[in-house]
Amino acid sequence: MARTLINVPAKAKRGEVIEIKTLISHPMESGYRVGTSGTMIPRDIIRRFVCTYNGGEVFRAELSPAIAANPFISFFTVATESGMIAFEWRGDNGFAASEHAAITVE
Amino acid sequence: MRPTRREFLIGSVGIGLVSAVPMGSASATPAMLEEAIRNVLGESNLQKGKITLEVPPLVENGNAVPLTIIVDSPMTEADHVKAIHVFNEKNPQPHVISVALGPRAGKASVATRIKLADTQRIVGIAEMSDGSFWTDEANVIVTIAACVEDVN
Repeated sequence: MARTLINVPAKAKRGEVIEIKTLISHPMESGYRVGTSGTMIPRDIIRRFVCTYNGGEVFRAELSPAIAANPFISFFTVATESGMIAFEWRGDNGFAASEHAAITVE
Repeated sequence: MRPTRREFLIGSVGIGLVSAVPMGSASATPAMLEEAIRNVLGESNLQKGKITLEVPPLVENGNAVPLTIIVDSPMTEADHVKAIHVFNEKNPQPHVISVALGPRAGKASVATRIKLADTQRIVGIAEMSDGSFWTDEANVIVTIAACVEDVN
């Protein structure tokens, strides 16, 4: 499992707009680089990132090779209720990773 | 896969770009950028404004360029940003990132880090819930390129 780093506030007021920051370790090999053997290094990237809040999708991203290695994505969502914010990454060569964070809404 | 000479010529004649595209070049062209944007827009028109791309004007290392996209929108059920797309001019592929948002986002702002293969123009497009498209451009000077450098 790839290492991930998630930053979600543990507590928020109801209706507050919170910032979510995510980072995952991944080479994001573009498929356009020539390796030491003189051949092209095959593409290996994360294609999709989805964030769900208590099961409902709040954010989705489609990534291209132009995203830097160890993709960092930061976005906002409204803190509606206490529960679980889940993250899922999918990519080439069957890459899949998931992470979740709990949030308490007062 | 690199196109064969025949495929390349047939493709080029179709879009009238025989002389503009160097053979075997691992770089998108303004024409590819236009086409990628057209695929997103469909028949709609692009208007300037509402979206802002925040990116440093000069970067030393094109391997990780911070990019923040902010769209001016109340993000309500009736008026929100549906999607944001980012394209570039000179990386091997014109597409950078597409994100899908909704009223649940609260604020239409996304940040990430991108690779830039050359000094170039970046184009951001915001798709609103009313079907309108808004755009902004940013120019970045890159001193060390990414994407296509050799591993030695």
